[in-house]
Parts: sequence; C-alpha cells; structure tokens
Amino acid sequence: MSLRASTELKHFHKGGVHPHEEKLSADSSIEVLPPPKMVTVSVAQHIGAPPEIIVERGQAVKAGEVIAEHKGFVSANIHSPVSGRIGKIDPVMDSSGYKHMAIAIRSKGDDWLEGIDRTDALITEITASSEEIVEKVLSAGIVGQGGAAFPSHVKLSPPKDKPVDTLIVNGVECEPYLTADHRIMVEKPRELIVGTQILMKALGVNRAIIGIENNKRDAIELLTELTKDLDGISVEALRVQYPQGGERQLIEALLGREVPSAGLPHDVGAVVHNVGTTYSIYLAVQKNQPLVERVVTVTGKDVEKPSNFMVRVGTPVAEVIAAAGGVPTGTGKVINGGPMMGKAINDLQVPITKATSGLLLIPEEESHRSEVYNCVRCGKCIEACPMGLEPYRLMLLSKGKNHDKAKEEHIMDCLQCGSCSFICPSNRPILDYIRLGRSKLKKVSQ
Amino acid sequence: MSEIVIYTVVILVSLGAVAAVILFWVSRRFKVEEDPRLERVLEALPSTNCGGCGMPGCSAFAGALLTAQDLSELYCPVGGNEVMKEVAEILGKEVTERDPFVAVVRCSGSFEHRKQTSVYEGAESCTVAAELYGGDHACAYGCLGLGECVEACDFEAMYMDERTGLPVIIEDKCTACNACVTTCPKDILELWPVGRKHQRIYVACKNEEKSGVARKECAIACTGCAKCFDECKKDAITIENNLAIIDYEKCSLCSKCVVVCESGVLHADNVPETQLVKLAAAREKRIAKEKEKKRLEKEAALAEAKADK
Amino acid sequence: MSTTTLLTVSPSPHVHEELTTPQIMRGVIYAMLPAMLVALYTFGWDALRLTLIAVLSCLLFEQLISGSLLGRKMTITDGSGVITGMLLDFNLPSNLPWYMIVIGSAVAIGIGKMSFGGLGNNPFNPALVGRVFLLTSFPVAMTNWPIPLMTAAVDGTSGATALGILKDGLRQGQTVPALMEDMPSYANMLLGYHGGSIGEMSALAMVLGLVYMLYRRIVTWHVPVSMLVSIFVFTGIFWLIDPNQYANPVFHLVTGGVMLGAVFMATDYVTSPFTHRGMLIFGVGIGLITVLIRLFGNYPEGVSFAILIMNAFVPLINKYTRPRLFGKTATS
Repeated sequence: MSLRASTELKHFHKGGVHPHEEKLSADSSIEVLPPPKMVTVSVAQHIGAPPEIIVERGQAVKAGEVIAEHKGFVSANIHSPVSGRIGKIDPVMDSSGYKHMAIAIRSKGDDWLEGIDRTDALITEITASSEEIVEKVLSAGIVGQGGAAFPSHVKLSPPKDKPVDTLIVNGVECEPYLTADHRIMVEKPRELIVGTQILMKALGVNRAIIGIENNKRDAIELLTELTKDLDGISVEALRVQYPQGGERQLIEALLGREVPSAGLPHDVGAVVHNVGTTYSIYLAVQKNQPLVERVVTVTGKDVEKPSNFMVRVGTPVAEVIAAAGGVPTGTGKVINGGPMMGKAINDLQVPITKATSGLLLIPEEESHRSEVYNCVRCGKCIEACPMGLEPYRLMLLSKGKNHDKAKEEHIMDCLQCGSCSFICPSNRPILDYIRLGRSKLKKVSQ
Repeated sequence: MSEIVIYTVVILVSLGAVAAVILFWVSRRFKVEEDPRLERVLEALPSTNCGGCGMPGCSAFAGALLTAQDLSELYCPVGGNEVMKEVAEILGKEVTERDPFVAVVRCSGSFEHRKQTSVYEGAESCTVAAELYGGDHACAYGCLGLGECVEACDFEAMYMDERTGLPVIIEDKCTACNACVTTCPKDILELWPVGRKHQRIYVACKNEEKSGVARKECAIACTGCAKCFDECKKDAITIENNLAIIDYEKCSLCSKCVVVCESGVLHADNVPETQLVKLAAAREKRIAKEKEKKRLEKEAALAEAKADK
Repeated sequence: MSTTTLLTVSPSPHVHEELTTPQIMRGVIYAMLPAMLVALYTFGWDALRLTLIAVLSCLLFEQLISGSLLGRKMTITDGSGVITGMLLDFNLPSNLPWYMIVIGSAVAIGIGKMSFGGLGNNPFNPALVGRVFLLTSFPVAMTNWPIPLMTAAVDGTSGATALGILKDGLRQGQTVPALMEDMPSYANMLLGYHGGSIGEMSALAMVLGLVYMLYRRIVTWHVPVSMLVSIFVFTGIFWLIDPNQYANPVFHLVTGGVMLGAVFMATDYVTSPFTHRGMLIFGVGIGLITVLIRLFGNYPEGVSFAILIMNAFVPLINKYTRPRLFGKTATS
C-alpha cells in the first residue's frame, strides 16, 4: 500500500471522538496460558437462545467435546475447554453482572477430542464446500469476538434476496487499551488470510477488505505484503477514530454505504467479521478446533506486565490477571472489555467468555465520575454521535419519562458507543439516561 | 373638542357592536357538541392524571367511561369504589366493587442484612443499574435502593428509609396506582389487597437461589424450606424455585406461617405483636405437647416391650 | 479477592475527555485577557474599576438569586458569572457611573440568566441583555465614549466612536471618503487607540483570544468566520455600489463590536446553535442584521442587536439543522 498522509485515509464521516489510545500491550506477543485447574463455562456466552446442557455432574469430558448444544438458529454450541470431570452445574455470576447456568469442570491433563488438530501447521487449501463451512462454524460454536458475541454462522447465511458482495474483516480495534486483534494480525497473519478466504467462499463473494486503523502500522504492512498477490483481498488503513470498529461505521468508512436505521449489514451487501472471529473460523474449518480459547488483553496503567494471553474459556478472571502480575494495589475498577463500551465487573471470580476481549484495570483515582455541571448546550454530544442522534435531547426525554417521544427521536438506533458521555464537558451521564429510555421502551414492547 | 369625544364614542361603540355580532355568530356556528356528562364525570374523578387506570390521564379515562358498554373493566384505583359509584350514577351504568389495594415491598435486604459487594456509580436510576448488573450487593433479586419507585410515586406515598436502604410505603397515602410496580426493574413492588383490619401477610423476598446460597446472600432470605407451606391450612402457600409465594385470595390472615418462618421473610403488616407472640406460644405448647406425647408413646412402647419380655 | 476496597461498578464509558465546563469557562476568561490588557493600557484604572464592579456585582447577583432566593446549590464557582461580568464590561464605556454598571449586572444576571433557570437555559446572551438594557435606559452615558489616554491630552475627554462619526457625518450629507480623513488609522483600530467600549478597542487582541480558544478547542471556527465573512461580503457589495455612501468592508470589520461579538458574544455555547451547519446560518444571520442596522438603521452600531435577534432564532435554527440520522437516505 502507498504511504498516504493520515488525512487521506478512509474513515467514517458522522460524529466520532478521539480517546487516548493507551495501547500498552501492543508489543507483548500472545502468551499461551496453561489450562486452569478449574473452569466455569457459562451457557450465556452469546446473543440468542441459551444452549441446552447435555452433560451431567461427574461425567468425564475431553477438551473440545460439546457440553451444551445450540437450541434454534440464533444460538451456539459450547464445548469443554479442558479435559477432566464435570463438577457442579449451577447458576454462577458471570461478567453480565447476573447469574447464569454454568458448568464447572475440574481439569486433568490436556486431552483433546479425536480429530482436533492442535498443531501449528498452516493449512491453506480449503476443501470444505460453502455449506460445510457454515456447518463447521455452527458446530464449532463460533460467535463474534468483537464484543457482541453474535453467533457467526447466522452472519454467514444471509437471506437469499439480499446479495452480499463484500466481506469486511474488522481489524479496527478502536477501543483504547485493547490489543488482542492487533496481536492476532501480527502473529497469525497467514491463518487470518486463509480464514478470510474461507469466509469469502462461504459467502460466495470475491471481494474482501481487511480494515485496520492506522495506529497498527506493523499489522497493516505485514498483511498488505501477504495479500498483494491474492485476488480480491485488500488491506485498508483507516484513520484512527472511535467508534470505527462499529459494524455500521466500518461499512460506511470502507464502502460509503449506510446500513439503514433498522436494517442489517447484508441490506447494503456487506458482511463484517472480526479478526479474532476470522481466526477462530480458520481453526474450526481447517483444524476442527471448536471455540474454546481466545486472546485476552490484560492491561491498565498500573498493571505490572500488560499482556496478551491465549486463555481457555471459563478461566476465572482473577487467574488471568494474576498471570499479568496480579491486581495492582489501589485498583478501583475492573472492566471486561475496553474503556468505552466495556462492562465493569464486581467479582474477580467471573469466568472469561467467548466475548471477553480484554480486562482493563483502572486505578482508584480514575475509577470515579467527576462532578456534573449544568448542560451548557455546547452541542458537542450532537457532533460526536456517530448515529446522527441528539443525545442531550434523548437524555432529557428519558429523564422526563417521555419515552414515546424518545422513540420517535430514534433512541433505539443508539449504539451505546459512549461518545456523548465521553465528550460532554459537563460530565453529564447522557448514555446512562439513554439506556434508561431504551430499557423502558423494551419493557413496554415485551 | 366635543366633536372628538362624540366621534370616539360612536366609533368605539359601533366597533364593539360589530365584534359582538361576529363573536356571537362564530360561537353558534362552530359550537362543539359535548356530552354534558363528560364534565360531570371529569369532576368526579380525582384528576391526578397518574395513569393508574391504564389510560394516559383522567380525561382519557372519562372518555373511555362514557363510551364503554359496561364498567367492569374500567376502574380508578385512586378514587376507589366511592368515585366509581359516583361515576356510575352519573352515567346510569352498573359498577362492580373492587377490594382496595395497596403496594407492598417484597424485599428485606436492608443494609444490615446483606453485604455490600461493590460501589455503584452512575445515574440514580434502578433501571440503569439493573441493566448493568445485579446490584451493589450479593443478591441479584433484591431491591437496588436507588429510589426510582419513590420518584415514580405521584402521591408522596413512598420514601426511602435511610437506615435500611429500602422503600417504605405510607399506606394511608398509597392509591394503588401501580406506578411504582411498573417502574421497578426487579419487580420488588406488588399490589396487595388492603385486607381485613389492614392486615396483609406476604413473603418479603424474591430470591430464587437454593437455601445455602440465598442465606449467604442475605440474612433475611427465603430459603424455600417449606415450613410455612406445611403450616398453612388454606393451601395459600406454594413453593416455586426455592421461594414461598402466598396467594392472597386464599390467605385467611391466620399468621401461623409468620411464626414458623425461621428466616423472617414473612411480613405481617398490621398484625399485632401480641397476636404473633400468642401464636408462637401456642405453637410451642403444641410442639411440646406433641413431643411429650411421642415420649409417652415411646415409653409405653418400651414398657410394653419390657412387659413382653 | 486481592483488593481490600470494594470495586466500583458504573455504566460505560469509563474514560472521559479532559475538557470540562469549568475549564472551558476559565479558558474563555484567559482568552479575554489580551483585550483586558489593551483596555487597561488605553483607559487606565477606569477600565479596571469598570471590570471589577461588573464582575463582582455579577457574582453577587448570581449568588443572591440562585443561592439565597432560589436555594439552589452554589453556581458562582463554575466561572460563567465571571464571564458574563467581563463580557458586560467589555461592552461598556469606561467612564460609566458605578450604579449603572451594577444595574446592568443585575439585569444581565437576574433577567438575562437566572429568570430562565440559570446557566444553560437562557435564550439570550446575558451580557448583551444587560448592555442593551443600559443602552436604552441611559442612551447618553452609553454613547459618550472616553477618548483613550494617549490622545486625551489633545482632543478633550470624550467623543463618539468611528461608527458614530460616520453615521452623523452621512446624515449631514458628507461623503465617506471625506469622513475617513477624521478617522483613526487602521493600525490604531487594530491595536486599540480609538474611542469605544473597553472591549472594542483592539481587533488584534480579539483575534488573539480567538486563536487561543480555537487551539484549546473551546470554540469552532464556524460562528466567528461565517459572521465576519458575511459582514465583509455584505458591506463589500454596498461599497462597490457606491463608495461615497458606504464605507469599505475592512473599516466595518475592525470598528465597533464586530470582533468582540464574533469572538466572544456569538460563540457563547448556550445561545448559539448546536450543529456546525446551524452555526454557519447563525453567523451569516448576525452579519446580515449587523450590516442592515449599520447602513440603514438609526443606531451607528448593530452587533449587539444582531446577536440578540439571532439568539431568538436559535431554537428555530436548531430545529431545521438537526443532524441527519445515520442510515436514513432521501428515499427512505
């Protein structure tokens, strides 16, 4: 790719903010953590119907064995991340802040199910047909690893009347601090490209764009070099701007198409898959590996050793943090995910899920919100909103319980990216109240 | 000089006359025919516009009352039976009397009873907090204590008890308008019949965890031990998901269940302490008697066995 | 758990932009300092006296009304009262009697701001409300401008502004080129050696303040630039039509309250539109009304009125310049 000035780089055009990048762990290579003694695998790891548990207490399982089977189309299988014996099956607190059914497994050795290839050998030839690919993605329990955890096979089966022409591989990672996708692109570029080709085959498209923000130069250069002789796959450097990793924003930035208000990416002929997901799909299709481990960034200003770990799903958060040097004294907040959209957790025993992209430890003095002042009508929230909403107004409407009006003002289109709350000079909890309004409207529609 | 005065008077008077004629004509021409009963119904209603009837406000409710064939589906909880009777009289329709209701708080998780596990910081709204997580304490079913219900109450019938962190309902002011019930994201508030002598017995807990877990989460948690279930002679109590549920239609307010509950989650509103003490004493006596009876039976059996030998 | 304190749990986002409202307010005050220094240099202690009275009385009235009368929490620390006070005194002649300044402050804070619900709710710029109140109540005192210290020894103690001279001259049938002879030089207008309100002195000091606010990202370029450009264009058109009747556009830009208005008055967050598009319309509107008043109105200067009139249009502008919803195409 040509070295263009950063002003010429593609980017999304509506709203956006620029939080400090703070990619502390960008240069730490992925470290594989050994299977923990005990994992707790929650069944609530994806959007959609929870899967049905098919194992019993005391039963022996191998790593990679299905322990919960998907129910319905928008659902995903869950596999045992370790080999060992099933323990309690009870509701357990997970990172959602609520209890969900979870299967505890006491691990013993690391014995994988027959047919799963755990070697590092690269397999470039794609023998599976497109139906077989979708089938494998479904049985491997793959979900979007960017944060929303939407079952991936659903995205690979767009409706027939919506022709898809472009696959977008999302390597934006616009959340500050997080580097999991970055490390995958740098360390597993060939696997990622095969994964991209698999997705192209499954979708029947001959164009794929890997979108990467310009703060990951090494990944951009490496992938550009590796894809230069490949038909259809291109790498696009994007100007750093939050929330570019949002599906809608990324499609607009790369293709100039806007996904309609209540629509989905396939309405404008695009399908977006995250880099981590694409890598998992490579492992699933070429190596028969189900999704039982993922890259998790452990980071924070006071963290001894900001790292990227390959972690088995179900590992307690505390153990992963311990591998990075433990919880620093004076930590006030632990966030599952990045600082803009991540969720604060109140218990360090919650398990890592398929959607845990990072653990961010924030020092006590930065954990609290600042004093709230009057709205000075500066309009910064409006200029920052990537969806073209008027956040200050939605906040007032929700606060005033005028939920129907808020709905007319498209409160349900909000991505909850947090740009409005981030930018507000008066520290007003804008997004909190937008969430309140959305929650009330959801309650009514139920 | 006098000419000016005369002209002014004449012009003003004629202007006024013309305007009056126009106004009269307009008021006749564009008169909106309105059911005269509507105004009387509106007057009878409490005009609090609380929405307790399920309509956006009193005038919408009045309109619905006017057009409805029968009033059995329509009820103003604020005005109660008296107002409904008055409305029925105005409209010449039949009205069904309903028992008065009052809101109750189904959580006992005060500060001293449950441990705080985190610090919530954000909008002072239970809905926002509930969307985020189970709450700043161990029990995911309990009251979040941010007072959204109090804010929702139009009648100043609620306040947050600073000592316990739980909402309190002022029975005399509560109109059972349902506002707090619908606003609570944890469904802690429920409408309950006011009851004979204002007595109500309900389970002030929503925790569905197994007994061990529930007890760990809150000192006053229903463990689903079913002692109350065994005690109830009216089949008013069922145990579902490790939680006792009382059917107020069947409950006879005997309060016997309250006495057997070891966790103390059974609340008996306005039941005199003396009555509970009496019941407890009676129960103890009965247990002692049963014990004595068993002991005697055992002794008798032993004696018999001895005699047989 | 290895931490002894309880973890904080709050909804996202967990990071925040550094710029806060009090910082913005302080930034605006810093941006006003160059102009303040020019005023001190040109008018000496009179300017300081005026500023102190205006700022202190603004703070006093804010505290009295919001703290004592309405029982709200203290708001004088947010800095907006100081800004109102400083902006008000920027709009006054330095020799104004102290009681008029106090009355102006009372109107600015009491009627301009607090009666609408305090900071953030006022539709009109409070300082301008105070200024216009004084202008209509005490027209003589408000239009009798002290002459800067360095020229006072020669010309006496007070006189009219450049715009006033122009208006009066044109009324008496003189032509613009002839009147221009009597005007202060452009260099003086740029640096601040001419008659006028204490904040109207130096266009350069205003530009300095604007650059600082742009650098701190307190304001965007939209309002000041669109306002200045529209004044330049509209006066330019008339000047091209008849240079004997209408002064040249550069003269219009550097005289009177144009710079003060463009930099500090029209950019006020509360009373300007939300979106950049709206700001452009707002700026052009102010420019147009200013030019109309200056060229055809009774008053020599029209910036204050133009801004107040456009303030009234802000809700309407906001309504018609709402952002386009993402994903909403013309067809759908």
